[in-house]
Amino acid sequence: MTTRAVTPYRSQTAAGRESFWHLVHAEWTKFRTVRGWMIAMIVAVMAITAFVFLASNVSSSCSGSACPAPPTGPGGEPVQDAFYFAHQPLTGNGTITVQMTSLTGQAAVGPSQMAPGLQPWSKAGIIIKQNTSQGSAYAAMMVTGSHGVRMQWDYVNDTPGLTGSVSEASPRWLRLVRDGDTITGYDSADGTHWTLVGTAALPGLTSTVQAGLFAAAPSNGNTATATGIFRHIGLSWPAARWTGTNVGGSGANGVAVPGKLRQSAGAITVTGSGDITPLAGDGSVLSVQRALAGTPIGLIPLIVVGAMFITAEYRRGLIRVSLTASPRRGRLLAAKAVVIGAVSFVTGLIAAALAVVVGARILAGTGVPLWPVPALTLARMVIGTGALLAVAAVLALAVGTAARRSATAVAAAIVVIFVPYLLVLVPPLLPGHVGRGGFGGGGLSLVAREWLLRITPAAGFSVQQVVPQFSQVADASYSPNWGYYPLAPWTGFAVECAWAAAALALAFYLLRRRDA
Amino acid sequence: MSLAVRVSPSSHPVVQALHAEWTKLRTVAGPAWLLAGVIALTVAVGAVAAGAAQCPSATCGIDPAKVSFTGLYLGQAAGAVAGVLAVGNEYSTGMIKLSLIAVPRRLTWFFAKAAVLTVPVLIASALAVAGSALAGLLILRGHGFTPAHGYASLTAGADIRAAAGAVLYLTLIVLLSLGVAAAVRDSAVAIGLVLGLLFLFPIVASVVSDATLARRLQQIGPLSAGLDVQATIGVKALPLTPWQGLGVVALWTAGPLLLGALALKFRDA
Repeated sequence: MTTRAVTPYRSQTAAGRESFWHLVHAEWTKFRTVRGWMIAMIVAVMAITAFVFLASNVSSSCSGSACPAPPTGPGGEPVQDAFYFAHQPLTGNGTITVQMTSLTGQAAVGPSQMAPGLQPWSKAGIIIKQNTSQGSAYAAMMVTGSHGVRMQWDYVNDTPGLTGSVSEASPRWLRLVRDGDTITGYDSADGTHWTLVGTAALPGLTSTVQAGLFAAAPSNGNTATATGIFRHIGLSWPAARWTGTNVGGSGANGVAVPGKLRQSAGAITVTGSGDITPLAGDGSVLSVQRALAGTPIGLIPLIVVGAMFITAEYRRGLIRVSLTASPRRGRLLAAKAVVIGAVSFVTGLIAAALAVVVGARILAGTGVPLWPVPALTLARMVIGTGALLAVAAVLALAVGTAARRSATAVAAAIVVIFVPYLLVLVPPLLPGHVGRGGFGGGGLSLVAREWLLRITPAAGFSVQQVVPQFSQVADASYSPNWGYYPLAPWTGFAVECAWAAAALALAFYLLRRRDA
Repeated sequence: MSLAVRVSPSSHPVVQALHAEWTKLRTVAGPAWLLAGVIALTVAVGAVAAGAAQCPSATCGIDPAKVSFTGLYLGQAAGAVAGVLAVGNEYSTGMIKLSLIAVPRRLTWFFAKAAVLTVPVLIASALAVAGSALAGLLILRGHGFTPAHGYASLTAGADIRAAAGAVLYLTLIVLLSLGVAAAVRDSAVAIGLVLGLLFLFPIVASVVSDATLARRLQQIGPLSAGLDVQATIGVKALPLTPWQGLGVVALWTAGPLLLGALALKFRDA
């Protein structure tokens, strides 16, 4: 009988010298060799992309062909551009100065019955506009119902000037100076001391533009008009006759009530309705953000896998082997977080990129007005979705480490991330209208819903918002149901990260404190 | 010296199975904590939601019962965990082998487990719903839910039906979870599936623009159908009548229970 010497296995790594990346590699090997977890990643991608077809299957809300597309502004955004314009041509550079002594309004209180009523965003003032067609470039100085003097240009820009309302006793002087394609706005309380309000660059402005006086009043559901009284009108060019135009006509996109121009000694009175704003703040304008509506559903498999990535080790007893191999427990948790975070990030990135590309194509074919999204914002949306999912999976991992039980951890992670989002989607019932989603009557108030999106991990969904909120849009309802979030994109994401960090800290503490 | 093995007097095997399952449930701390969690979450969130609700005019159209029962969104998650773990723990600890040796008739074992779980769940649900309703009653009166605004009584027949429906809904969700866990045998996957099933339909319904399709989705989704039974105003405009809504939830519960029973019967444990 012969005896063969057996060389015992010796690890190539020197004791105590194992690198963190070896640990990450070991965790990645664990992850990739569990078939169910890889399948879950594929399920997440499929869930998110499948929603594209559901969410993009929209049709224009008005039937037949009697639904003209809204005009688009210089930036390609859908706009409302309807007002009464008393104008004359201006060629080359020039200055227009007026004194406004009054802004009053009328609002419908019944069929063909008007009563005095000034809307907060009723406006009258001076404007320099490319031409009288809808959507053309402009810059304007105006007095408003309750937002003081404003300078607005190209629909999306709005800068405040003097505060307070206008009257005979406290008139407002407004001035616009055109120099090439730059228009500068000034205001003054006395006509002598002027303050710069804003400078608008209107690239591509032609030499001859239309300059003059305007009035507009947003309808807010009821027809409204605004009337401004202009005095001391000073033009730097030889004055021509004023022409009155209802910009937009009185069609579907036009003014509700045709405007009026009255000239008397020393004063011009202009009455108009309509508004000059971006079309935002309700469901009438869609954006490619809609294509990501499936993100919360894709989140569920990621949460399950994120929690199981550690709870499965407890269940199988593998945790003891893992901790024997890597006695520094914090490093094990960190390696797991790196792996699950990276895998979820890539999964989210692939899913979001697919969804955005396909969704944009489908939505463009439906003919509904679409908010234009710059490439940088698109990139933020796609990368942000990956990051949102990655942080959620890390949060689930941390909860799993703390709870050590799969079911409890998964349920807890889903409840803190998903349920706030769900409660937000449930709108309150409006009178005579079963809320979208049909949950009518049980929803939380808008304020409560916004708080949920500020303080819970669901705030992370803010990274997907692409349509900005405009304070100057009258009657805007920036409801989360339309994809508007109360926090700025990366601020919302930071809230989610704070949750994950807190959960990781707790997990780290418990992992070190407890017996495995 | 002889070793006497005392076998319980020859009671019916079903009674024995029920007794055994009850002993298991009673002597483990988890289920009691989870059911306490159902009550605490439901009542606390319901009270917060009622505190945030305001009815400033006669046309506010807010359903006081639905506001009071907002906590069920979270409470049902704790309930689902209880349902999943009732079966999932048998598999994760290997107890299932012992259980099936003790009660070789697998369906007897399964339905005994479901029946034994139902009783404490019903009691916990009743406590949770009663607590939320009481909190709602105390809070909402001061928030404009007054007879002047069209809320003559907050304890009318419809409110009693809403509360009873909420109790049954919660219980059915727990049984649904138990069925799913028996079908997939893994707690984490089961809870993911249950919560995904509950939350999928509302998310889908909120993104489809076709009103008919959205309404259909609310009719077939367990969460939205379950909300119908909790409605006390605008009942005529609901996608389903209240009891039909509960019926849909019952069908959703019957499916996974059946699936779980079949999987248990025809698969190796």
